[in-house]
Amino acid sequence: MMQWTKDPELQVQHLTMRFGGLTAIGDLSFDAGRKQITALIGPNGAGKTTVFNCITGFYKPSEGMIKLRHPDGKEFLLERMDDFIITQKAKVARTFQNIRLFSGMTLLENLMVAQHNTLMRASGFTIGGIFGSGHFKRAENEAIEKCKYWLDKVNLTERADDAAGDLPYGAQRRLEIARAMCTNPRLLCLDEPAAGLNPRESDELNKLLLSIRDDHNMAILLIEHDMSVVMGISDHIVVLDYGRKIADGTPNEIKNDPAVIRAYLGVEEDENEVAIGNVKVADLVNEGLTVHADVSTRTMPKISAAPKKPVAKKAAAKKAAAKKGGRK
Amino acid sequence: MSVAPKNNSTSDDGKALTSSALAKDLISTAVITLLILIPIVAMKTVIGQGVISIVYRFGMAFALTGIVVGVRLFLHLFVWHKAPSAASKSTAASALKTVSVSETIAKYIAPGLLIFALCFPVFTFFHPIWDKRVMDLAVYILIYIMLGWGLNVVVGLAGLLDLGYVAFYAVGAYAYALLSTVYFPQWFGTGILPWAFYITLPVAGLLAATWGVVLGFPVLRLRGDYLAIVTLAFGEMIRLVLVNWFSFTNGPQGISVPKITFFGLPFKDAPGSFSDFFGIQFNRIHFYIFLYYVILTLALITYFVTKRLRRLPIGRAWEALREDEIACRSLGINTTTTKLTAFAIGAMFGGFAGSFFAARQGFVSPESFVYIESALILAIVVLGGLGSQIGIVFSAIAIMGSFELFREMDFMKAVLPSGTEPIQFRMLAVGLAMVLMMRFRPRGFVTKREPTVFLKEKKSVSGDLVAEGHG
Repeated sequence: MMQWTKDPELQVQHLTMRFGGLTAIGDLSFDAGRKQITALIGPNGAGKTTVFNCITGFYKPSEGMIKLRHPDGKEFLLERMDDFIITQKAKVARTFQNIRLFSGMTLLENLMVAQHNTLMRASGFTIGGIFGSGHFKRAENEAIEKCKYWLDKVNLTERADDAAGDLPYGAQRRLEIARAMCTNPRLLCLDEPAAGLNPRESDELNKLLLSIRDDHNMAILLIEHDMSVVMGISDHIVVLDYGRKIADGTPNEIKNDPAVIRAYLGVEEDENEVAIGNVKVADLVNEGLTVHADVSTRTMPKISAAPKKPVAKKAAAKKAAAKKGGRK
Repeated sequence: MSVAPKNNSTSDDGKALTSSALAKDLISTAVITLLILIPIVAMKTVIGQGVISIVYRFGMAFALTGIVVGVRLFLHLFVWHKAPSAASKSTAASALKTVSVSETIAKYIAPGLLIFALCFPVFTFFHPIWDKRVMDLAVYILIYIMLGWGLNVVVGLAGLLDLGYVAFYAVGAYAYALLSTVYFPQWFGTGILPWAFYITLPVAGLLAATWGVVLGFPVLRLRGDYLAIVTLAFGEMIRLVLVNWFSFTNGPQGISVPKITFFGLPFKDAPGSFSDFFGIQFNRIHFYIFLYYVILTLALITYFVTKRLRRLPIGRAWEALREDEIACRSLGINTTTTKLTAFAIGAMFGGFAGSFFAARQGFVSPESFVYIESALILAIVVLGGLGSQIGIVFSAIAIMGSFELFREMDFMKAVLPSGTEPIQFRMLAVGLAMVLMMRFRPRGFVTKREPTVFLKEKKSVSGDLVAEGHG
């Protein structure tokens, strides 16, 4: 029994998402533990962002249950809630693969918008605020203090009064994380936070995420292609391929999982040569991943339910690997 | 340009930028000065033998503009930028310097305008030739400034393109008309009539806000062009209902309504009137001055409430909505209520303005609420700079003032085809001006966005970064 199954912050059960005839996610179940960084990895098009969109309510899943459990015992069924209610009540915050900052507003304003609901209540839903109630002033000062804390945390205090659109790429990524944290989340979902960062920046990002986990007792769900980030900081990795889970375990287990290797490296029909399926493979190999000799000896399960995507020979092999991984 | 060679001798790349910035600054100074001088210097009304005529003094206006630009150039060179050659800093530093100069000016524009607006009717005492027509024009422009500020909430802040804003103006006007002529006498007796405007005003605002929400609901899911088309249709629907629902609205014939009173005292040459009560000589100008202060108060309420709202969470949510709706939802902001409040508050100000419009005219008919009015108000907002309140003042003066100007341009008859009046060319000229404006200043007069909150120093956000909203 791993730690994340004992007392999970997030339980995803039998999640299925279909877009017309296309099954983007098929029967996905996994747990994300409290105070843990759970990474969701997989080749391009594996359905990782779709999982995020289901968790944060941007998509309504076709089937399945997504349950968020707060430490105080409150439980939320996210698949039944609207996206903004999920952030408001269930306390799930997210960032986006393509950064979505309010680029015409300053850094400070971006973080203030994130505290909208708290401030809205404090301003008596605007009525108290119009007449300048002291209660609202105090709440606003507290909000600014909080912004200062997070700006400091992501090293952007110097630029607090600049427009968010003026920031360099890496800083925008950090600001987006700070903005998500200003909503007081319990679960933080990060969609490729290290994309486009240089090695030094992704190292800083690692430190930031570890600090968010440890100092703020947060659960983090992470989509990432950068294996140095994934292997470096995650406590738990879930591997997706073609919308199905092919592996689930600690970083060490994942590194040595044959199904993952197949998904990332691809397997030819005659299974003698290994095709490079993804550029990021280089990272995997650097992380000490070895290609097992017994790949070819694994038995191929019968291919009953053919994948609904256009199938190449290689994809069929991947599919087979997926079945195996799922059964483990 | 006496500065350019001097600058080039000290440094190469950095100074070219400053001299072009300086030129831009001087040109905008000239334009603003001319805008101000044209109504107050270039046109002088003279009372002759029972007729009032206007004497044009464009030469004087241009001379004064020249003096202003000259003084400003002097200040630029010797006061604000002491020894530009000695301070041959980096390009960024000098650019920052010019920004700070324009910002200090920006700081004084709003209070200056406010003082000018408050004192404006006082000038009529010193210049008795400034007759009620000038006051009426000022009232007329202020109505459009107020409408511009109201629409600015919807279009400028929340980024929701609304082409049917005049519908709320109509709701406000008809609310006043119907309540004061039909329902109040029925419910409270005719004694209420002198007070009708003051009682109806909040009711008209509320009714318009309700209609704002009614319009808001069906268009919540629409964006951009689709939103614009539906709001356009909504504006036309309201007008067509007013035209065709004869039993309720009296159709195209319109309704005569009581004019505004001085808190119950009517403006007329009779006992019990305003002039009688205060024991002064009856003069029509009192009515116009009072109208002026009423609409100025209403407009200032619009201004300050909007300014305040921008600093409250709701206003920030509006602007965030304009920037990125999906990000808003991911931060737990209910975009539905946020959009509806923007529609409701924008509509409410439109309703106030409509109610005032009816009380000023003494008559309402659907003709006043045609689509072109919506387009004009939108043009004022866009020309002023989306989201900028001061810009709207200038664009309203420029657009509405120039319309009036065309009535006076009799000298244009010399060049125009015979049988045409200059006034007939006003739309053409304003359209051309807008095309040129959008070519050279695509984001309107004021392109910068003022942040609502700051830690150390308030820095304006460049207009290029600010989203226009996609509905």
